[in-house]
Amino acid sequence: MKAVITVIGKDRVGIIAAISAILAESNVNILDISQTIMQEYFTMIMLVDISKSNISFNELAEKLESKGKELALSVRIQHEDIFNSMHRI
Amino acid sequence: MKIFLTPCIGYRQGGAVMINSLEIIETIKMIQEENLDIRTITMGISLRDCCHSDINIACTKIYDKITRLAANLVKVGDEIEREYGIPIIHKRVAVTPISIIAESCDSANYVKFAETMEKAADTIGINFIGGFSALVHKGFTKGDRILINSIPEALSTTKKVCSSVCVATTKSGINMDAVREMGYIIKKASELTADEGGIACTKLVVFANAPDDNPFMAGAFHGIGEPECVINVGISGPGTVKSALEKVRGQDLGVVAETIKKTAFKITRVGQLVAREASRRLNVSFGIVDLSLAPTPAIGDSVAHILEEMGLEKCGTHGTIAALALLNDAVKKGGTMASSYVGGLSGAFIPVSEDSGMVEAVRCGALSIEKLEAMTSVCSVGLDMIIVPGDTSPETISAVIADEMAIGVVNSKTTAVRIIPAPGKKEGDMVEFGSLLGGGPVMGLNKYSSKDFINRGGRIPAPIQSLKN
Repeated sequence: MKAVITVIGKDRVGIIAAISAILAESNVNILDISQTIMQEYFTMIMLVDISKSNISFNELAEKLESKGKELALSVRIQHEDIFNSMHRI
Repeated sequence: MKIFLTPCIGYRQGGAVMINSLEIIETIKMIQEENLDIRTITMGISLRDCCHSDINIACTKIYDKITRLAANLVKVGDEIEREYGIPIIHKRVAVTPISIIAESCDSANYVKFAETMEKAADTIGINFIGGFSALVHKGFTKGDRILINSIPEALSTTKKVCSSVCVATTKSGINMDAVREMGYIIKKASELTADEGGIACTKLVVFANAPDDNPFMAGAFHGIGEPECVINVGISGPGTVKSALEKVRGQDLGVVAETIKKTAFKITRVGQLVAREASRRLNVSFGIVDLSLAPTPAIGDSVAHILEEMGLEKCGTHGTIAALALLNDAVKKGGTMASSYVGGLSGAFIPVSEDSGMVEAVRCGALSIEKLEAMTSVCSVGLDMIIVPGDTSPETISAVIADEMAIGVVNSKTTAVRIIPAPGKKEGDMVEFGSLLGGGPVMGLNKYSSKDFINRGGRIPAPIQSLKN
């Protein structure tokens, strides 16, 4: 199963490091990353493969969200199908 | 938090461009800022194997069946919400019209069935359960009469049970005896909950052409042609439509229709995805997606504001019907292509007390009951969540119902009346029902009597347009 992680918030040192550390710990493979900074706001979108993850989706989501709170960022993880079904016929 | 749109490179996978960042951000913005949500996952459950001559045994069978089939409904709904990141506001259950099930028992009062439904709803953790209903569009059976007479007590002693009575269809005409009866039932239900503004009436719908697969409360029930158990999903998103229209300000109405259509398509695709997932995980067949714009009292979740965005100073002014007709039609056109099975009510809802824009329009005098009646001939429902003075006579309420039924029957569409005579309140007073149901001003009705017309009773024959065979 693939999921999309989005990270939005004020730019600071170590955002990608913090998020990818959690993913590595959880055996989640990063397939693609794109990021940009606009008016100091950092926007990162990651496509990940969670089929070999060693924790449940819920635990992973909680870990990412609490890391987001710690760094004052909004971090979301969503199944990629929501985007596919909305934007592709 | 505001999201800034930033063009990025699309994801490439196996050579094909998958999703691009703009689209990802658009989806997240629709959910976070524009209140896009799945309004309800409603499980329809047939209770036809729960009939018994002993009311206690029948109720035990009903409780056991609902709690068995819907045991995981809330859990699965929460899981899908988590994994797809889309709020699923309600998980609900609709059952076979209770009059059909209860009829086999010897009891002369069906309140116990409502209490059983409430208990089952508590056990599985849902906030509404529908189907304390009767279908009497052509006439009453013994069970229909007992059920209708039990409605006021049933709705005033329970909190989660919803009731509906179908009194008219295009095929059979209008059962005016039932219309007359419902005027009294609504008054009585209101009086029994006088200390809460007549809240029992917010859970009672009178229908023409009631759909068998509507997932939205208070009118949901599991129709008689439906399977054993089914998942129907109701989607919403007035805020998303409004915000899409903000981007085409000043452009012609063809562009407006096209914009609504595209937005409805996207919203419905999410509904279709959730419906499919829910039915797979619950191992229950998928019924329909109901693509309705269902407002909530939350700011930014109003159908009235969509109409105003189209260029009306206030919802209810001249031009409102045209704008609503455009909206309703474009929502359906966008939605039908997005889902394999569309059903239920599908269109725009105009429940006054649940829509902050409608409340404001009534308060400032822009929106009257007559205009609302006219609006119901071009949108998906009827006079919904209308608060009227507490001293309104039962015959006047019946006459309001009769008008609305006529609109539905002649136009071959669903119409409904959910009207609340608020005890002790006069035109212009405010009534509050609480978060989900909202609240609003008491609306004035025509002062002249319809009593002799209503007291004639009988059945208005099916219109000529029903003779299609």
